[in-house]
Amino acid sequence: MKHGAFFWFVLPSATAMVLFIFFPIVSVLMQSVFTEHDQIIIEVENCGPFGCTTATAIDQEATAALRAEQPLGQFAGLEIYTDRNHLATTEVSRIWTQSDSIGQFIDRLMNLPFYKAIGFTLTFTFVVTPLTIIAGFIIAVAVNSAAQAIRGPLIFFSLLPMMVTPLIGALILFWMIDARGIIGSVLQWIAGDPTLSVKADTGLMWIMLMVYGVWHAAPFAFIVYYAGLQTVNKDTLEAARIDGASRWQQIRHVVIPHLLPLTTFIALMQLMDNFRVFEPIVSFNASAHATSLSWAIYNDLGGETQQLTSAAATSVLTILGVAILLSPVLVRTWREYGKA
Amino acid sequence: MSSKAQKRPAVLNILLIAVLIVWMLAAAFPFLWTLWGSFKVEGDFFSLANWSNVLTGRMTEIETGGSFTGQGYYGAWIEEEFWRAAWNSTLVCIFVVTISLTFGTLGGYALARSTYRYAFWFLLIALIFRAMPPITLVSGYLPVFFEWNVWGYLPTAIIVLVAINQPFTLWMLHSFFKNIPQDLDESAMVDGCTRFQAFRHVIIPVMWPGVITTGLFSFLLAYNDFAVTAMILDKQNQTMVPKIASFLGTTQTKGNVMFAVAAVVSTTAPLFLLVMFFQRQIVSGLTAGAVKG
Repeated sequence: MKHGAFFWFVLPSATAMVLFIFFPIVSVLMQSVFTEHDQIIIEVENCGPFGCTTATAIDQEATAALRAEQPLGQFAGLEIYTDRNHLATTEVSRIWTQSDSIGQFIDRLMNLPFYKAIGFTLTFTFVVTPLTIIAGFIIAVAVNSAAQAIRGPLIFFSLLPMMVTPLIGALILFWMIDARGIIGSVLQWIAGDPTLSVKADTGLMWIMLMVYGVWHAAPFAFIVYYAGLQTVNKDTLEAARIDGASRWQQIRHVVIPHLLPLTTFIALMQLMDNFRVFEPIVSFNASAHATSLSWAIYNDLGGETQQLTSAAATSVLTILGVAILLSPVLVRTWREYGKA
Repeated sequence: MSSKAQKRPAVLNILLIAVLIVWMLAAAFPFLWTLWGSFKVEGDFFSLANWSNVLTGRMTEIETGGSFTGQGYYGAWIEEEFWRAAWNSTLVCIFVVTISLTFGTLGGYALARSTYRYAFWFLLIALIFRAMPPITLVSGYLPVFFEWNVWGYLPTAIIVLVAINQPFTLWMLHSFFKNIPQDLDESAMVDGCTRFQAFRHVIIPVMWPGVITTGLFSFLLAYNDFAVTAMILDKQNQTMVPKIASFLGTTQTKGNVMFAVAAVVSTTAPLFLLVMFFQRQIVSGLTAGAVKG
């Protein structure tokens, strides 16, 4: 394809991506190194019958003028990244020196908002991803063994947890695990504790969020594996059988090697998706027990006073995290398409 | 074919059936339960006294006289004006899907046909963009949108969603166009068509299966989005998902959590129909990236 034609064909979508993805990233980077101007304080002398007092007041006009002049605010460098709400370098080193054991250090670290968020995000990502893959594989094998006639409906219902809006899917589960909901009642009955409430317990809340994560993502792993199972080479399987391979040996040496590339694909997609975990925390109203990086940004932006700078700094740190997770995908794509 | 040695042992069969039953319960039961419960009153859906109340509808009968009630739906759609959110969602979805597909088919076609190195770089950058969590971009939008006074309107949200959608759309249509033989449009060009005429008269008529699949996923992205629409739409222009989230703040204090339940069921229903009618396309779309490579 000629350069000119290519240019005109990709122009609309390139423009959209530059304007609404590339520029915002630049803008987020800029915002994260500037803070709002301090208010300009002037001293005012108030003289009354009992003598004079000096009071400080905000010079509204001068503050407004300064803000209009430099709308980005004052340059702060990496100050915002190291403050208490983000990397909290001073607090971390203080906790480090004051803590007696690693356990205590981690415990105190989790009280800092950024570490609390990243702690949950990483735990969620690295617990949910492998569980999703295992669950998806088991479901795929089970559906594949079912009679042809009922596979259609089985696939239909299997897809639902993934297709439904994450916020809504999480809400539906949340209502069921409510202390007055059906799963909540069952849990109370099993535990023999009528006051048991998932909402009140940090550990249970983490578990429920991860259960939601697996429930939501398992259909994706399932459908990919199921499609993979349809393309297992029948001849190889039969040859293995003739050579006397047992059922387990057939799976171990024929089916699993065939599905391995799919596993890498699922794992990479899921790592990226789980890293942005956000909606279930809103739905479960779980922010007291668990926060994530995306939730922290949402919270900064949505509060009474919008903390754009703080949100921008968290965004940059999140993008860095995504970049680290993404690097294997990029290398893979590079190898696959780059040579062509 | 099915020799005796290949018959599954009974234990294995029972195990597989058990897995299927458990999974079907996990996947389908929450939706059926919520659908059923949405026609009850709060005292039944969340019952302190006895969980089986929701089946018998005891409180519903006491409060309304019948064992089913449409109160939740009335409250959500009429009193809380959920119809407005539904209408906004409809508009957003229609425009996002049409614009995304128009941009995406043009771009995806060019990327599939270009043999130059920059096409690869273009795709690689698109892949990086696709991995960005949308919420990280929002803090980049807000100051600019406030400055230009475009914050809160539907067209703004539509354009943003189209842009966020582009990387995915491009990748999907790119791999789809790769499968359409190159000879098709090249022979048209030998016969004197320009590149665009070849695209218009030869490629467009055969591209619909791929476009429909990609369109489904664009629709889902627009329909399911919460992060972007919650932050850049104001109250009257909210789409369904952020509207439901805002119910949670207000209705729980009013004791009208049933409004939210009804709204959730109303929002899920179209997705059910979508999966039902387009199951084949959705499955092929989900596996396209994986199975091919």
